[in-house]
Amino acid sequence: MITNKTQLAGEQSKSMTSYLSPLVQQIQPSGIRRFFDMAAGSKDIISLGVGEPDFKTPWHVREACVYSLERGFTGYTSNAGMPELREGIANYLHTRFNLDYDPANQIIATIGGSEAIDLALRALISPGDEILIPEPCYISYSPITSIGGGVPVGIETFGKDRFKLTAEGLEAKITPRSKILILCYPSNPTGAIMSREDWEPIAKVVEKHDLIVISDEIYAELTYGSNHVSFASLPGMMDRTILVSGFSKAFAMTGWRLGYACGHPDLIAAMLKIHQYTVMCAPSMGQVAALEALTNGMEEKDRMVDSYNQRRRLIVKGLRDAGLECHEPQGAFYAFPSIAGTGLTSDEFAQRLLREFRVAAVPGSVFGLGGEGYLRCSYATSVSQLNEALERIGAFVALLKKEKEIKA
Amino acid sequence: MEQMNELKRKVLELLKEDARRTPALMATLLGAEEEDVKTAIAQMEQEHVIVKYATVVNWDKVDDERVTALIEVQITPERGRGFEGIAERIYLYPQVKSVYLMSGAYDLLVEVEGRNLREVANFVSEKLSPIDSVLSTKTNFTLKKYKQDGIIFEDHEEDNRLMISP
Repeated sequence: MITNKTQLAGEQSKSMTSYLSPLVQQIQPSGIRRFFDMAAGSKDIISLGVGEPDFKTPWHVREACVYSLERGFTGYTSNAGMPELREGIANYLHTRFNLDYDPANQIIATIGGSEAIDLALRALISPGDEILIPEPCYISYSPITSIGGGVPVGIETFGKDRFKLTAEGLEAKITPRSKILILCYPSNPTGAIMSREDWEPIAKVVEKHDLIVISDEIYAELTYGSNHVSFASLPGMMDRTILVSGFSKAFAMTGWRLGYACGHPDLIAAMLKIHQYTVMCAPSMGQVAALEALTNGMEEKDRMVDSYNQRRRLIVKGLRDAGLECHEPQGAFYAFPSIAGTGLTSDEFAQRLLREFRVAAVPGSVFGLGGEGYLRCSYATSVSQLNEALERIGAFVALLKKEKEIKA
Repeated sequence: MEQMNELKRKVLELLKEDARRTPALMATLLGAEEEDVKTAIAQMEQEHVIVKYATVVNWDKVDDERVTALIEVQITPERGRGFEGIAERIYLYPQVKSVYLMSGAYDLLVEVEGRNLREVANFVSEKLSPIDSVLSTKTNFTLKKYKQDGIIFEDHEEDNRLMISP
């Protein structure tokens, strides 16, 4: 009997897939998912695989949210988000990145930066439009481009350029169908950042080919040594850039799902249409928390950034001591060492590291072009855990070296 | 000089988090030279900025009877020495764990530790109260310690993040 039931369920799911949108069907499951499944359930694994802060949301932020709930602030807010929050975001962007947006019609609060990117793509893409994506990059850009009916076009960036996008690299991929360039600096997974000098030639190409830029600046607060330069702050780029950011990384608020998009009023109005018909508004309690973070959270943010910076130094030194080549990441909280010298693919390396040495990290190959041969190691984890993980990586690399010698 | 002071401040913060951190590790974390960290520590030890490397213990988890009381003490200051002489008379008792001069309704806050209530009570009645300048004492027994030196004893904030996330 049970067998029949199982068969029926199998048949059912098989036949149901034919109903699915071809756009969705063509999306492959993320490479991260497989590693997640491998690591799930094991307790003794040290994870360098997490893309989120190891801090809890600062207590004053949590407390502000709790207090607002106690007072019964539980309803919808305006579609674009609470006016006070939009005002707060405008002030923040002005102070931190020299950007001037009108909170009345140029800012929209979203469900995380993710929704903001989705809204921007859906508002802009006509079927067949080509979307330029510098890689290695955050894993979602290409799939959501495809779901939106666009054609993702990867632009490979290289370790020798410290994974910065170059004007030549960009221009080489431009065709008459090119419409949007998605930027993510500071970069997940490489930790690369872009200076004003790096941006200027890119801006020229963007202007020349009349591109729209979606600039994901979720890691803008996490830079070490030099401040983040927002692409929109370059001459002439404000109107053709949709700035996407959020509270997850800077204020350790990943689960709150609170982000925002800023841009030209026409673009924001189009995004707002989709937003209001799909989600109505971002969660009100999250908006309250975000406002508190912007208003009173800078000191705590600085403290967290200080701590990431310390651990950044530790992991870079540790990886180099272990015998891996590692450029110095200038932003976000990832180190991206090369494992090419070990003779393993990044997938093999990550799998064996997980199975044999109980350290979880993400193979560079899942982040697209140029990621093969690298490993993403998050240093948003405690010093003691990092130390232990680095020791294990050292032992693994030494073992690989020995294996190589025996083979030779 | 300014740089050294900054380094000292950062080293103190790292040691407050974990006193077992080695100079080499701290140098890596701070992007400093190991020798400079060692010098900073040596200077601070000598200047008594770093007074002692101690362990924060949650005694409630140890099968060991002990009670702590915070005693508010009102005193008459001595001519010429103010509160110093009496504070010294009090803090020299080994049962006394800490003494603070306070503003407000009383003068000294004295933390006393004993094996049981009677022992603490005896200390107050036989040693503390009879001191000439002591006008009054008010003994507050601590029932539970939740947080000490910035450390929450029963920290429920575990790392429950996913092992792998994008």
